[in-house]
Amino acid sequence: MANTADVIVIGGGVIGCATAYYLTKKGCSVLVLEGSDHIGNGGSSRNGGGVRQSGRDPRELPLAMYGIKNLWPTLSEELEVDCEYHQDGNLRLGKTPKHLEILQGLTDRAVACGLDVKMIDGDEVRRINPYLSNEVIGASWCPTDGHANPLTTTLGYYKTARKLGAHFITGEKVVELRKVRGILKQVVTANGNIYEADTIVLAAGLASRAIAGTIGIDIPMQSALLEALVTEAEPKMFDQMLGTAEADFYGHQTKHGSFVFGGSSGLEGFNKDNGTPICSSITASCICRGIMKYFPILEDAKIVRTWAGWMDLCADKVPVISKVEEVPGLVLACGFSGHGFGIAPAVGEQLARLIVDGTTDVDLTPLRYDRFKAKI
Amino acid sequence: MNSINDRSRYIGEFVPAADDDMLICRCEEITKGEIRKAVHDGMFTLTEIRRYLRTGMGLCQGQTCAKLVKGIVARELGVSPAELEPVTSRAPMRPTEMKVLGKEVKEEE
Repeated sequence: MANTADVIVIGGGVIGCATAYYLTKKGCSVLVLEGSDHIGNGGSSRNGGGVRQSGRDPRELPLAMYGIKNLWPTLSEELEVDCEYHQDGNLRLGKTPKHLEILQGLTDRAVACGLDVKMIDGDEVRRINPYLSNEVIGASWCPTDGHANPLTTTLGYYKTARKLGAHFITGEKVVELRKVRGILKQVVTANGNIYEADTIVLAAGLASRAIAGTIGIDIPMQSALLEALVTEAEPKMFDQMLGTAEADFYGHQTKHGSFVFGGSSGLEGFNKDNGTPICSSITASCICRGIMKYFPILEDAKIVRTWAGWMDLCADKVPVISKVEEVPGLVLACGFSGHGFGIAPAVGEQLARLIVDGTTDVDLTPLRYDRFKAKI
Repeated sequence: MNSINDRSRYIGEFVPAADDDMLICRCEEITKGEIRKAVHDGMFTLTEIRRYLRTGMGLCQGQTCAKLVKGIVARELGVSPAELEPVTSRAPMRPTEMKVLGKEVKEEE
C-alpha cells in the first residue's frame, strides 16, 4: 500500500471527493483519507440538495455562479452517474412584510453581484408553483438556481476519481499534521499510520479544526445541527428548489418523486448529543407544520425517513478555501456552513487549479483563512 | 466501526451472471446485477450501496431486502456478511402522514 502521493486529501465528503477527482484528472496522484467508515458520511449525504446562487453571501456567490455555468450542466455525463441536476429556479418564500424585507435585502445584494434574481408577488409565485398556499405573499425568484442529488453526486465523484486512480481509504481518521525539517509533510492517523505528501488538502468538515490545530492554525467554526425528512414518492408536482425567508424549511421534489425537506426546531443548540448527529423527537413534527403552512396539499404525504447532520458553521458563515502562508503545502477547504454541496464542483475544480497551476478562475481571496478579526 | 478499508484493493472483475436481472429491492426496483456492479464501482459498505442505488429507501425501508443486499455485497467483496455493518434505521418506524406527525403538540384551547 503506497503511503505517499502528490496530494493527500483529508476528508472523503463531496468537497474531498470532487477535489480528488479534478486533481486526478490533472495527472496528480491523490490519496483520500476518510475518518468514518463511509464516503460522504457527513453533510455531503445529509443536505437538502440545493444548487443555488440566490441568498448567498457575495463572497461565495462567484463560486456558485461559476459552478452553475461551467460544471453542473454536464456533471452527470462526466461522472457517469445521474446527479439529478435540475435548473428550474429557486423560490425563497415570504409570508409577512418582514419576510419580504429580508428577501429584498438578499436580492439587492445578489443583483449587485450580477445575478439574475428578482422579487415577485404572491400571484406570480403561484403561477410558478400553483401548490403554494395563499399565505405566501411574495418571494425572491432566481431562475438559474436548482437542485441535485447529493448522494449520487458525492458517490459519483468518488467512483470516478477512484476509477481514474485516486486512492481512497476509509476508517482512517487523521489526528495530526506533522512537519519534517520545518516543512509540512506527514499525516498521522489514529491507527498510527503515517502518510506523506507535499500538498495536503484539509476538507474534513468540523474535524478540520482539531487537525489544523495540530499545526498551529485555528479556524473559528462550531457544529450546528440540522434535520431533514423525506416523504414517500408522490406524483410529480414541481421542479423548483424552495426556501423561506424565515428558514422554516427548504427542499424540493426529487426525480424519484419523494419530497426532501430540511429544517430545524430552533432548539438545536441545546439538543442532547451522544456524539452522533441524532434527530430530536420534536423536530420532524415542527418541519411538517412549517411545510403544511406553505403546502396544505402535502398534509397526506407520508414521511418515511428522517435524519440529522452537522454543519461546520464558520464564524461568518462563509467557508475557508485557502492556502496557508505559514504552512506551505497546506490547503484548507472547510467551514462550509451548510451550503457546501452546491458549490462543491466549483470548489474541487478551483482547488485543483490552485494546487497544480497556482492560479484560479474565481477569486478566492475573500475566503482566506486569516480574515477573522476582532470587532473593535 | 472505523476499521481501515482500502478502496483500491482488488476484489476481482465484475462477471455478469444469469440472475443479474432478479429484483432484490422491490420497493425501489433494484436488481442483483445493479448491486453487484455498485460494489465494483467502489461502494464497499451497505450505507454507500443504499445511498448510491436507493436500496432500502422505499416504503418498507429495507425490512424486506436488507438481508439479501448484505449477502450479495459480502459475496462480491469476499467477506463474511457479519463483517458488514447494517445501515442506520431511521424514524418513523412506519410511514406517517405529515398531518399526523405534525400534530404531536396539543392544540391550544
